[in-house]
Amino acid sequence: MLSARNLNKSFGSLVVAQDVALELPKGARYALIGPNGAGKTTLINLLTGMLAPDSGTIVLDGGDITRLKPHERVHRGLARTFQINTLFPRLTALESVTLAVLERDGHAHNWWRGVASHRQAIDEAAGILRSLNIPDRQTAELAYGQQRLLEIALALATRPRVLLLDEPGAGVPKDESAALFSAIESLSSELTILFIEHDMNVVFRFASRIIVMVGGRILVEGTPDEVGRDPRVREVYLGGHARAA
Amino acid sequence: MENARFKPLEYAFWACTLLPFVVTPAYLSLGSQIAITALFALSLDLILGYAGLVSLGHAAFFGVGAYAAGLIAKHYWTEPLSGLVVAAIAAGIAGYVLSHIVVRFRHLALIMLTMGFGLLLFEAANSASDLTGGADGLQGFHVPGVLGFKFDMFGRTAYAYALAVLFLCFLVARRIIHSPFGLALRGIRENAARMPAIGAPNLAHLRKAYTMAAVMAGIAGAVLTHTTSTVSLETLSFGRSADVLVILILGGAGRLYGGIVGAIIYMVARDQFSGVAPQYWYFWIGLLLVAVVMFLPNGILGGLSALRKKSQ
Amino acid sequence: MLSSLAGVLFDGFAYGMLLFLLAVGLSVTLGMMNFVNLAHCSFAAVGGYCTVTVVNRLGWNFLVALPIAFVVGALIAVVLERALFRRLYRSSDLDQCLFTIGIAFMSIATFAWFYSTEPQSARIPSYLLGSFELLGRKFAVYRLFLMLMGLAITALLVLSIERTRFGAQVRAAVDNQRMARGLGIDVDRAFMITFALGGGLAALGGALAIEVIGLESTLPLSVILVYVLIVVAVGGLGSIRGSFVAAIVLGITDTAGKYYFPWLGAFLIYLVMVALLMWRPMGLFGKR
Repeated sequence: MLSARNLNKSFGSLVVAQDVALELPKGARYALIGPNGAGKTTLINLLTGMLAPDSGTIVLDGGDITRLKPHERVHRGLARTFQINTLFPRLTALESVTLAVLERDGHAHNWWRGVASHRQAIDEAAGILRSLNIPDRQTAELAYGQQRLLEIALALATRPRVLLLDEPGAGVPKDESAALFSAIESLSSELTILFIEHDMNVVFRFASRIIVMVGGRILVEGTPDEVGRDPRVREVYLGGHARAA
Repeated sequence: MENARFKPLEYAFWACTLLPFVVTPAYLSLGSQIAITALFALSLDLILGYAGLVSLGHAAFFGVGAYAAGLIAKHYWTEPLSGLVVAAIAAGIAGYVLSHIVVRFRHLALIMLTMGFGLLLFEAANSASDLTGGADGLQGFHVPGVLGFKFDMFGRTAYAYALAVLFLCFLVARRIIHSPFGLALRGIRENAARMPAIGAPNLAHLRKAYTMAAVMAGIAGAVLTHTTSTVSLETLSFGRSADVLVILILGGAGRLYGGIVGAIIYMVARDQFSGVAPQYWYFWIGLLLVAVVMFLPNGILGGLSALRKKSQ
Repeated sequence: MLSSLAGVLFDGFAYGMLLFLLAVGLSVTLGMMNFVNLAHCSFAAVGGYCTVTVVNRLGWNFLVALPIAFVVGALIAVVLERALFRRLYRSSDLDQCLFTIGIAFMSIATFAWFYSTEPQSARIPSYLLGSFELLGRKFAVYRLFLMLMGLAITALLVLSIERTRFGAQVRAAVDNQRMARGLGIDVDRAFMITFALGGGLAALGGALAIEVIGLESTLPLSVILVYVLIVVAVGGLGSIRGSFVAAIVLGITDTAGKYYFPWLGAFLIYLVMVALLMWRPMGLFGKR
């Protein structure tokens, strides 16, 4: 579904991605793990187009998207969430998700008819909010866990075929994370998902395959068992010397 | 979702704009100045209050509209409504062209670029005195009236004209703000980084908003030309760009009525102060600006709405 | 032809030095704290009016008035920073612009109140006036004085920012404020001192400028502010080197423009600025 080949990116002498290759089949549930600074978020930025690679190609469902702008990739079906809540503080949850739906359907150019008349979009947005149990309040007033869910709601509103989740559970208090993960669990099996996570319990619970990144390169890729037993992975996580990227 | 219907307070407000005809007929020409400035401030609100672009050169479009209307009236025909259309198109073209550059920048670069384009246009108009009259402005034409009503010396027709144009543009602005496009602009203002991630073409949206704002500013400039039968170089000046920014912030940006409220307060105050020496004016307006930024960050309308929330 | 070019370069360089003195403080404080201070030229006016008072009313020598202007400007800058500006460091660009414009307005009114709106002048010692001859052409002594002063101060600034501990602190804070704080640098104190120095230099510039561009109560929001902003934006925030280069370029371009293409007015300057900013939005030497 989504594949990347030979992705390279450096800032001067700082190499943030080196010869990265990725293959996500349809319906995959892959986890991307690695120490801080390994380049995981950078990889997502490269895949979504927020960062332009120095070299390499990215293909989505057979179509080359390497040259496409970020918003164009979203229209092709590639969506992401952010590690730190990147929401619209003064818009309500309903307005935010409705906006995403309107952008998806190409109605956001319309400056004459009121938003309120786009009933279908509003209803769809309300439905997404209901399914994730997010109340319709101003974004800034939502609880942190609800904001994390809104992050996902926004991405879902674009009807993605591939979803990249950047540490969805980051900063969520224990009592709210159950709701978050049951929501992720219930996501359609048609959806291809890659998520960055630090919590190994979550990784082993959700992932069918794990990709380990260190210092801008893919170290190992395999099933949870394989990765768990790999000596190199153990050294990275349990080794005496901190492998700072 | 915010209700787009007119609230009773709004009906009352617009009804009150008719009062000057009977209550203060001596101030009708001030009234048209206020209406023109309010329209200008409303146009700035589209890009500043709703899209979040800081512009220190918005007078460029006001001036383009004013000069376009003046040149039409001087060399071709003096019917104002068609002149208004031409001015709107001229300002719109200018806005469209500049928008391709302007919307790519933020922070100091954006401020300097918008200011720079405004200054460039000012200098160009100053130099091209064969066309524009240079520092003396464009003169030697007279717009007799609109739709059969003569521009009389009491300013009745002028005020009616300016008010009508303001109201119509206001209705359009209102539609824009409550539309999906308006929501997208607010999305850009709230978090420009999130927008591409939901499939929004930021730059295309901003260019459109910038062009619309230019059209509206150009219309305001044209109305000024029609009601005064003269175009001064000042319409393109940095001072006018700075004034309209102050007015919008005073009233409250992003609140639809902020520009109108700010224009009323600012122009009335300036009119009252005009007898007194200008240094007093500068002092008090400076103090007002400082006070607004420190205590009323959302302008007067923002302060009022915060008061209302507290009392609920 | 060549001689007039030499004259233009000479005058332009001198004008550029003046602009540098006026602008460098703003550039560094903008780079350090991202604080848009549009009242910066009020310090220039303070320096100018202080000099007028010292020279005309107290009868002291112009050269003595200069350091006094510097000190007065620095003191007023500190007072303003501690009392008012520090509340706005986290505010938006727009809020900072408007607040400082308000302060500038108030300063204009204050100057007009105490000194009237008439243009002011200060008595310059005769040895600084007149002209000298070089290679068959006359050059103004005062402009040479400006250049020498400017270069001396530039050297002082560069030395102190490169060699002193305080300079290192300033450079660290401009580069990465959070990191600098994390290293234990008292960024707020460093900023206060930098702000004071910037204000003092602007005041010095204002004092020196009386003879070249004059002094009026509207100086704080005049075209000089526009030129100062151009120097800062084009040179790059927080860069002394950038301010220097941009100021020279601006000074020479303006002088050359007025000499060779007077009908263009300031058009050339604005065109160059717009073009440069489009090419390098962060300024010639700004952060990428």
